[in-house]
Amino acid sequence: MNFVAPDFMPVLPELFVLAMTCFIVVIDVFLEQRQRHITYGLAQLTLLGAALLTLITYAQAPVTTMFGHYIKDAMGDLLKLFIYLTSAAVFLYSRDYLRQRDLFKGEYYMLGLFGVLGMMVMVSAHSLLTVYLGLELLSLSLYALVAIDRDSPIASEAAMKYFVLGSLASGMLLYGISMIYGATGSVDLQVVADSVGNQGVDNVVLVFGLVFLVVGLSFKLGAVPFHMWLPDVYQGAPTSVTLFIGSAPKLAAFALVMRILVEGLGALQGEWQQMLIILAALSMGLGNLIAIAQTNIKRMLAYSTISHIGFMLLGILAGTPDGYAAAMFYTIVYVLMAVGAFGVIILLSRTGFEAENIDDFKGLNDRNPWLAFVMMVIMMSMAGVPFLAGFYAKWMVLQAIVNVGLVWLAILGVVFSVIGAFYYLRVVKCVYFDKPEQNEPIEISLDTEIVISANGLLLVVIGLYPTALMTWCATALLN
Amino acid sequence: MLSELPLLSFVIWFPILGGVAVLFVGDDNPGRAKALALTVAILSFLFSVPLFTLFDPTTAAMQFQEFLPWIPALSVNYHLGVDGFSMPLILLTAFMTVVVVIAGWEVIQYRIAQYMAAFLIMEGLMIGVFSALDAILFYVFFEAMLIPMFLIIGIWGGPRRVYATIKFFLYTFLGSVFMLIALIYMYSQSNSFEILDFHRLPLSLNEQVLIFFAFLLGFAVKVPMWPVHTWLPDAHVEAPTGGSVILAAITLKIGGYGFLRFALPITPDAANLLDWLIITMSLIAVVYISLVALIQQDMKKLIAYSSIAHMGFVTLGFFIVFGIYRHTGSLSGATLGIEGGMVQMVSHGFISGALFLCVGVLYDRMHSRQIKDYGGVVNTMPVFAAFMVLFGMANAGLPGTSGFIGEFMVILSSFRANFWLAFLAATTLMLGAGYTLWLIKRVIFGDIGNSHVAALEDVNTREIIMLSLLAAAVLLLGVWPDPLTSVMHVSVDNLLQHITASKL
Repeated sequence: MNFVAPDFMPVLPELFVLAMTCFIVVIDVFLEQRQRHITYGLAQLTLLGAALLTLITYAQAPVTTMFGHYIKDAMGDLLKLFIYLTSAAVFLYSRDYLRQRDLFKGEYYMLGLFGVLGMMVMVSAHSLLTVYLGLELLSLSLYALVAIDRDSPIASEAAMKYFVLGSLASGMLLYGISMIYGATGSVDLQVVADSVGNQGVDNVVLVFGLVFLVVGLSFKLGAVPFHMWLPDVYQGAPTSVTLFIGSAPKLAAFALVMRILVEGLGALQGEWQQMLIILAALSMGLGNLIAIAQTNIKRMLAYSTISHIGFMLLGILAGTPDGYAAAMFYTIVYVLMAVGAFGVIILLSRTGFEAENIDDFKGLNDRNPWLAFVMMVIMMSMAGVPFLAGFYAKWMVLQAIVNVGLVWLAILGVVFSVIGAFYYLRVVKCVYFDKPEQNEPIEISLDTEIVISANGLLLVVIGLYPTALMTWCATALLN
Repeated sequence: MLSELPLLSFVIWFPILGGVAVLFVGDDNPGRAKALALTVAILSFLFSVPLFTLFDPTTAAMQFQEFLPWIPALSVNYHLGVDGFSMPLILLTAFMTVVVVIAGWEVIQYRIAQYMAAFLIMEGLMIGVFSALDAILFYVFFEAMLIPMFLIIGIWGGPRRVYATIKFFLYTFLGSVFMLIALIYMYSQSNSFEILDFHRLPLSLNEQVLIFFAFLLGFAVKVPMWPVHTWLPDAHVEAPTGGSVILAAITLKIGGYGFLRFALPITPDAANLLDWLIITMSLIAVVYISLVALIQQDMKKLIAYSSIAHMGFVTLGFFIVFGIYRHTGSLSGATLGIEGGMVQMVSHGFISGALFLCVGVLYDRMHSRQIKDYGGVVNTMPVFAAFMVLFGMANAGLPGTSGFIGEFMVILSSFRANFWLAFLAATTLMLGAGYTLWLIKRVIFGDIGNSHVAALEDVNTREIIMLSLLAAAVLLLGVWPDPLTSVMHVSVDNLLQHITASKL
């Protein structure tokens, strides 16, 4: 058997990130604590370089490599660009926070970059094994990141919970993969798709495999009823880590669902649509209702994430190109909102003070009107009020499901989003209507201030002119 | 030449950008921020005047149209245009914003720049609502309005402002999301979001009924109609004076306008089928809410309830047309109903705005809105008393004021449909006179009630200016309503032709 070297060009960004991360691991060992900003700079440089490489090699037509296990296509590249972007914002927002808490260590960036690499692999996976590989690389980095504050009992508890439930989910996924392999004889998504298309739904093993895959995916997404880990992890992890978990991985999760359910098991759409309808309806309902009862803003945003995942699933379950584009738009917009929201939370925290509760936002308009405005934009956007990006996301998703005749689900969705509007309004209420409880000025370094402003304004810009992003999403999914 | 300019875009975006500029001037420069805000408000009113002077009242077609693709993937366009229904309301909006900016001049101390900016942005958004010809564009403006109003009530409002503003937001939000579903559904049938395409879209009766209810939820909350009116007294009482004025004068009109632009022409058969429902709700608003107004202890609450009752006339006028058509088989009387409703909307904008300003003038001096804390104000504030009596009379529908015209037209047209309808509607003239004049009696006339009233100072120049502006409008419209009715005449006829031709 002769070995043919695969084409490495399509995986250039991945190789670059891997090489740079290993390099950073080595360099970091020789740095003193006061030089740690070099690690930070290198990490940002890695993301920038990867972004440039991805942009230069932006896929016009899909290319598979690594013997069909890996694919480079426009959807993957677009998602990767947003993964770099949000990860860069995460590194920046959390820098001062980590420094004030003695957590400014190389490990944060190293694990973060491995997480990014895991996401890239997930996004570009073209076989069930590669999917699993990427997912585990991401998950293991995140488990360790949650526990990075070693002395915090609540963080350790969250990490433990995350690890146990995450492993369980991985097990489910793997079990499902093995069944699919048994039924189709391959892990290559193209072969799987062809084989499933021929067999149809009569094969019980296939449908069983599908069930396990959907359960595993739901765990990773945090869709109800597999959401239990999410609020605890969001609340327990240091805010800098919550920021990371709550943002970029959602993009990878979207890709995961697209790759497995749509590309691999598209022929079973009738089956998984039913399952996703239940998951989506429960997620929107439970997420929005329970978020109302929260006083901790990280936990509130965790439940809000669950409800947004439900909305994103609506787009996917529509099962049309419009629906997928809507779900992709939704995910990207959601990630921009989430990174901004956690960004504002992290900026309110100082040495010896952890901004955790909704009450900590009281009187923000008196302390820093600009930050207050950014927070209002993000909250209103999450609630889906127009002229902000979040509205278009909701509208596109609703349109997709109305077009396939699921009007009742659309009505359910809007009712829950009205219920959800309440807790976003409560944050705006604290920001604008209440008097501040503390008067320490909020110190933000200039670069952070610029980026958080850009983050907020981006939601307004997308809101005024959503066409560009919508077109990118639609064309990325076409080829 | 002037009509070639994108006038509508200008009238929408100039105040919004002006508002942003005011924000940047900031709260540290209150004087400059206020001056800038007033300039922007006056200029945007002046810019809106050509809409009236260049308006062609002989056609029902949309005028001053602007068309740009906005979200081509979903065939949503930035399509603006006005007809005889929307143009007067745009002028009303621009006019009231000037008044509101003057009204907030000395009164608002806290974060004046943000206050002024919120009203200017609000103005642009409201004009956007009136001029949008694309359903999604309409919806976007319609919902975006909630943000500035939410902040206005919440930041500068009274003690229970948080409750009131969240209630206001959620009520309106809940009402309108169903409308969004209806719009999406119609898009899936017609592949277009153009409102005018929706007008022509054939729909079965079942579809029409469901869509009609979706619109009803959205617009009835805004109007507000009984029984979804409960947010209004709360919002009015807690809002700062300017907020109450804009709420009463403009945002309520958006509900009425929505019926004319969406519910009636898109679902005429459903409206025909269900007109009894709207008429019943309107009459309950007219009679029952008037009785509720009678017993209020709080001046603002009284005027808020009076607003609901007066808006009941508007919806009555809009939906009485089906009854007239069924009864007489001709459209001649029906015109009067819709025109009366429109006149009533504009007139109520002036009158309710003016009354809220009057209460604001008193509140700024006494910090109380309770009727019992006043009495004999005429002795210390004669000029103010003259204004308030004038506006009170107008609210009661005294001939010679604008309040009379609209109510009279609606009652007149109701007679053609059914005597008892007209009779019930006419009771409002009595009840309205009852609660308004009783309010005037207790607050303005009589002996000086207490030492605080004795110490009152009369209105200053600024307050005289803002009240005179409104007084002039009320009287002018009262004695010479023709400019208003003539611009909408063709549009009304066109609408009637459209809605009496069944879509089935």
